[in-house]
Amino acid sequence: MEFVQQLVNGVSLGSIYALIALGYTMVYGIVKLINFAHGDVFMIGAFIGFYSITFLHLNFFLALIISMVFCAIFGVLIERIAYKPLRNATRIAALITAIGVSLLIEYGVIYFRGAQPEAYPSGLVPIKAIEILGVKISGQSLLILGISLSLMVLLQFIVHKTKIGKAMRAVSHDMDAAKLMGINVNNTISATFAIGSALAGAAGVIFGMYYTKIEPLMGIIPGLKAFVAAVLGGIGIIPGAMVGGLLLGVIESLVSALGFSLWRDGVAFVVLILILIFRPSGLFGKNVREKV
Amino acid sequence: MRKKKLAGIFMSLMVAAGVMAGCNSSSTSGDGDDKTIKIGANLELSGGVASYGQSVEEGIQLALEEINKEGIDGKKLKLVKFDNKSDAAEATSGTTKLISQDKVVAIIGAATSTNTLAQVQIAQKNKIPLITPTGTNPTITNKDGVLSDFVFRTCFIDPFQGTVAANFASNELKVKNAAVIIDSSSDYAKGLAAAFQTAFESNGGKVIKEEAYIAKDTDFNAILTNIKSANPEFIFLPGYYEEVGLIIKQARALGIEVPIMGGDGWDSPTLVEIAGADPLNNTFITNHYSSGDSDPKVQDFVKAFEAKYKGKSPDAFNALGYDSLYFLADAIKRAGSADPEKIQKALAETDGLSLVSGKMKLDKNHDPIKAAVILEYKGGKQEFNTKVNP
Repeated sequence: MEFVQQLVNGVSLGSIYALIALGYTMVYGIVKLINFAHGDVFMIGAFIGFYSITFLHLNFFLALIISMVFCAIFGVLIERIAYKPLRNATRIAALITAIGVSLLIEYGVIYFRGAQPEAYPSGLVPIKAIEILGVKISGQSLLILGISLSLMVLLQFIVHKTKIGKAMRAVSHDMDAAKLMGINVNNTISATFAIGSALAGAAGVIFGMYYTKIEPLMGIIPGLKAFVAAVLGGIGIIPGAMVGGLLLGVIESLVSALGFSLWRDGVAFVVLILILIFRPSGLFGKNVREKV
Repeated sequence: MRKKKLAGIFMSLMVAAGVMAGCNSSSTSGDGDDKTIKIGANLELSGGVASYGQSVEEGIQLALEEINKEGIDGKKLKLVKFDNKSDAAEATSGTTKLISQDKVVAIIGAATSTNTLAQVQIAQKNKIPLITPTGTNPTITNKDGVLSDFVFRTCFIDPFQGTVAANFASNELKVKNAAVIIDSSSDYAKGLAAAFQTAFESNGGKVIKEEAYIAKDTDFNAILTNIKSANPEFIFLPGYYEEVGLIIKQARALGIEVPIMGGDGWDSPTLVEIAGADPLNNTFITNHYSSGDSDPKVQDFVKAFEAKYKGKSPDAFNALGYDSLYFLADAIKRAGSADPEKIQKALAETDGLSLVSGKMKLDKNHDPIKAAVILEYKGGKQEFNTKVNP
């Protein structure tokens, strides 16, 4: 029974990773950029949600929407200011810029509001915990899992069934050819960042509701874990991010359950290294042979 | 051309900065003028444990106002504040700055053990007294049997706190077995847990489960599930409020209803915000002071504090910050001089000075021998439970 409880714990932790990883993997899939600032957009989302709830007295769902809208705009701004001028630069230049943007956001927030933590008000979404055969599942973790799954389905729909999704896939396949076919590459990339960042914002508000405590450096570890989750599932593949996130959460919970709680973060990164060595394209990835 | 211009601007800026820095150091050299005595405060005014540093500072400010009404031998105390951002490296550089640039005669701070330990070496080397109001780790004043003679504290030490908690668990709560959850990145938590375990086992109890986490973790469900299956009667959780709040909340959500106890690291209003009032029921802490104590000295302090801070009830950090400045001022008065080495001698000789958190007398390790109180959380408020003498 304890094992089942630990699985449940792992799935609730993992669905948060999955939610962040969805945005991560999407941006990578389209622009081939590892957006290290994604975890910090997540943090910004958490704070926007917090301020909308405590100062504007909005309910949880309105705060979630405001935070998503704000983060979408914020993500587009980051892309336009920091990444667009580097579009034709080397991949490493864009990667280092992403790290720089990440630090700028973190310490910018500390500069403006200080580093002290803030607590989300409790009882935002009153869902009762359910108990099945001695296994407690909190209503909130069910909610998070539900939100993650439905966002995944929505994303799949956007990418595969809509016009903008078609444009995204075209840009991801070959940016120059897409341009020749009359696709507005800049707008498509902006849309990608808008959607990815809105997902991060949503994850921030949900994280705040679930774990209560938010602070300016809260994005670092979940951001890195989401990266691991995305690589685990196959970076750029949307269902892969979902599965990778859930799997990572379960692995971490089981490591703690075996009494190695201090090794939890270490094991997450060992998983990353192993995946990169033995299956670099991830669990869901196909091995694509490069043409010479 | 443009590059040259930029370089020119940069160079002139550097020169200007150099000149200004020079001015600054020459105008602040010496122990200030004849009318003021400069005292440094190196505190966590922002960052992860800002609530501690800010509370200590409020206490110091109140004491400063009271002491400066008369002054010490006609001199006024002047406080030079430094924000160490709850970071040990920042605390180290802050102490260097306070000593070499501001020329303070003594330093109060930091509020946590880790950030105080980072300053000990510098205070010793420069022979400047350092008083931590709330750093409870034993190694602050005595490491490996070597006394840091310029370092003092106003609070009692971890082993004492852990022992008091163990005795309370065995004698008052009558529990036979316990689980311990340790923040393994904190010297404070480890010290408290070790003392608890020793005392609890010598009382005939048994620690049946031990789990660890690292500061800044947010998900504790896995270790709590382990603890739940071990089914202890009591949980000892020495840690800081940020994580403690989350642990208590998640423990109660998993259906762990046993009493949980911790130390003064819990003492922050933020704890109640994070954990919520209901999950905190049936939890206890050992602390330095309670505003519910009927001692007139305590009640006078509570009144003065509430008058200055608009009805805010003082917590232990407020009280110990307040006491620290009185402890220092008393030593300066008895030393009859603002010379750091004379102040150090007077501080070490303190005997029976009456403070809000009890009577001060130092043992051979420069650790105060004084009473502890046990507080219980009821409906999100701390209530005075008992007072335990050493």
